[in-house]
Amino acid sequence: MDAILLQILNGLDKGSAYAMIALGLTLIFGTLGVVNFAHGALFMIGAFCAVTMQRIFGMSFETVDPNQKDFLGNPLKVKTPYLESWFGPETGAAIIDWSVPLAILFSIPIMLIVGYVMERGLIKHFYKRPHADQILVTFGLAIVLQELVKHFFGANPIPTGAPEVFKGSFDFGVLMGFDPNVIIYPYWRMVYFFFAAIVIGAVFAFLQFTTFGMVVRAGMQDRETVGLLGINIDRRFTIMFGIAAAVAGLAGVMYAPINSPNYHMGMDFLVLSFVVVVVGGMGSLPGAVLAGFMLGILESFASMNWIKSMVPGIDQIIIYLVAIIILLTRPRGLMGRKGVMEE
Amino acid sequence: MSNSNLTRRGVLKTGAIASAGFALPTIFTASSAAAYMNEPTGGSVTLGFNVPQTGPYADEGADELRAYQLAVEHLNGEGDGGMLNTFSSKELTGEGILGKKVEFVTGDTQTKSDAARASAKSMIEKDGAVMITGGSSSGVAIAVQGLCQEAGVIFMAGLTHSNDTTGKDKKANGFRHFFNAYMSGAALAPVLAARYGTDRKAYHLTADYTWGWTQEESIKAATEALGWETVNAVKTPLAATDFSSYITPVLQTDADVLVLNHYGGNMVNSLTNAVQFGLREKQVNGRNFEIVVPLFSRLMARGAGENIKGILGSTNWHWSLTDEGSQAFVKSFGTKYGFPPSQAAHTVYCQTLLYADACQRAGTFNPCGVVEALEGFEFDGLGNGKTTYRAEDHQCFKDVLVVKGKDNPTSEFDLLEVVEVTPVDQVTYDPEHPMFAGGNLGQCNAG
Repeated sequence: MDAILLQILNGLDKGSAYAMIALGLTLIFGTLGVVNFAHGALFMIGAFCAVTMQRIFGMSFETVDPNQKDFLGNPLKVKTPYLESWFGPETGAAIIDWSVPLAILFSIPIMLIVGYVMERGLIKHFYKRPHADQILVTFGLAIVLQELVKHFFGANPIPTGAPEVFKGSFDFGVLMGFDPNVIIYPYWRMVYFFFAAIVIGAVFAFLQFTTFGMVVRAGMQDRETVGLLGINIDRRFTIMFGIAAAVAGLAGVMYAPINSPNYHMGMDFLVLSFVVVVVGGMGSLPGAVLAGFMLGILESFASMNWIKSMVPGIDQIIIYLVAIIILLTRPRGLMGRKGVMEE
Repeated sequence: MSNSNLTRRGVLKTGAIASAGFALPTIFTASSAAAYMNEPTGGSVTLGFNVPQTGPYADEGADELRAYQLAVEHLNGEGDGGMLNTFSSKELTGEGILGKKVEFVTGDTQTKSDAARASAKSMIEKDGAVMITGGSSSGVAIAVQGLCQEAGVIFMAGLTHSNDTTGKDKKANGFRHFFNAYMSGAALAPVLAARYGTDRKAYHLTADYTWGWTQEESIKAATEALGWETVNAVKTPLAATDFSSYITPVLQTDADVLVLNHYGGNMVNSLTNAVQFGLREKQVNGRNFEIVVPLFSRLMARGAGENIKGILGSTNWHWSLTDEGSQAFVKSFGTKYGFPPSQAAHTVYCQTLLYADACQRAGTFNPCGVVEALEGFEFDGLGNGKTTYRAEDHQCFKDVLVVKGKDNPTSEFDLLEVVEVTPVDQVTYDPEHPMFAGGNLGQCNAG
């Protein structure tokens, strides 16, 4: 029982990331009809926004300390962050410590701009082209973006810590009457889950309760008619692309302390997120979120040793296996709409 | 009137095809005029540096490439000479190899066996490389070593730690300076016993490929000989990035040590996840839960950040060593690039010098001459103390370093501290040891 509870908790954070990426993918597909294989790269860029923020806050000036030597035996150059020099050691260190949450503010405009440039500069030229062309060009774009990141940040993962206050884990086991240290869950992963819930809730609220959102939803149903009413639906869809990029970016920023960012992390999430979209139902926003959490938790379950001892390698294929079963029994996915990608 | 179908165009076409056929280099066969594959005929000799320039080990590859370039400079008499000045053999004088200027070509292994073989093949066939060296993965090293054996060129392995490279997959044309998984186990075991006791319960997470398997086997054998019990050993996919679902089952067992048989990004992520799930604060039966990373590198330690502090592992070489050879290399590398070299850089630099020296001593680039010169060669002054290239398996035997993540680093490079230098006798094994059995060096191939 304790093992099952632990795996449910463990699946929540990964499910949160899948849900946020899949939500963005579905938004782009539902509005612009584009299959965006560069969406994982947007998640990766978000994580590197956190790395960049950490580096900006950590920018230092050097003073030579003749009493210490560097690895070549020369006087050591001691680095002091500007923030610590400007605001005092304690305040400066606290700002640096909170660089990941503060990177949210930095990443939103960056991701909106990246999304806007990507859509206006490249993807809009492929709206009327077959999906295969869209996949090829966006996949190529993803490779270019990840190679750029590798050029500037290197190939190895970059540790990007959560604030000190969120380090450590919460002992759910003790709360539920189990032994201590049996069901524990890191604080930052809990933060990530709640953060994902807020972001997903905000996107739904935006689409549901604002005029802009209402027009976008109408456009997703029938683009032509909305256009005939004199509404510039293309412009709104471009903004939605930016919002989808921002959601992927935010998912990446907050994921940085969970797994150290590396240039390849977008690709690792991309394929699974597509499976999530298909399982949830192409074009269905609630379906994407539901399937994201469901597959995250299932993947976590499949990693349990006793399950792997019964079916070796099940943890690697569980998501695809479930996708096959769902598509055989419900060809439109869990919550897919009639007519999407069926013409 | 002739019945012949010969036409002017047909003759030209056939002639062109025939000429092209004859002109094509005969793949992996030394030309009839040459005594061996890619015999250098001009004033220069070409070496092939096959390193990961893209992919997950690209940082290790970049550091290897820097060291190769430095070695070439030193061989050609440029720079301060580095470890040429401390090397016990004095055959190399900074005038290239056998009077020929050293040139090099590079290939990108992408840390993939097929890509590594393709780039090595291209360097041998098109660029005329007489020796191939490099690799940052055992899978790649074993694949390229096999190719070099077939092609008839020498392979000087870079960063490869699997027992199989000089075990069941050893080849006469291949040589490894880097230590191996067995040596890590043999060096670590006494330190683990002294620090953590002899009645521990270990849980292994292992990268699912040749290096991970042999490291798990070696560490299990070494720790079980101490009296430790292996609670479980779980294979993890090489492509995995989130190890939380592999870490959480550890909480459900009575294990009190986690052994991470991971390298590079895998190790950074698995260690980070283990720390996140509180394993370092965990107590089992009144004792601290411990984490061990049998193969450490400074580049990995940088990636793992604070999580590495206090964790034990082993390494082939570390820049903080104070012997003359290490200091000469660190000075040379540090002055040129602004930071100290990694163990990957050190081993490939040594391999380049060792190859050049062997050619010089043999008086030829012929692979069979080089093999003869390297087999049983004893040397010193390259940063690892007295070292021997054992003839039976082409593995270097030297002291092994047991290191610990430094608690109070003084700089961004000062991440590991050497806690013990395990003497070579303690890590030496019989060539027919079961972990290395099943292979056959075969005969040297000169192409």
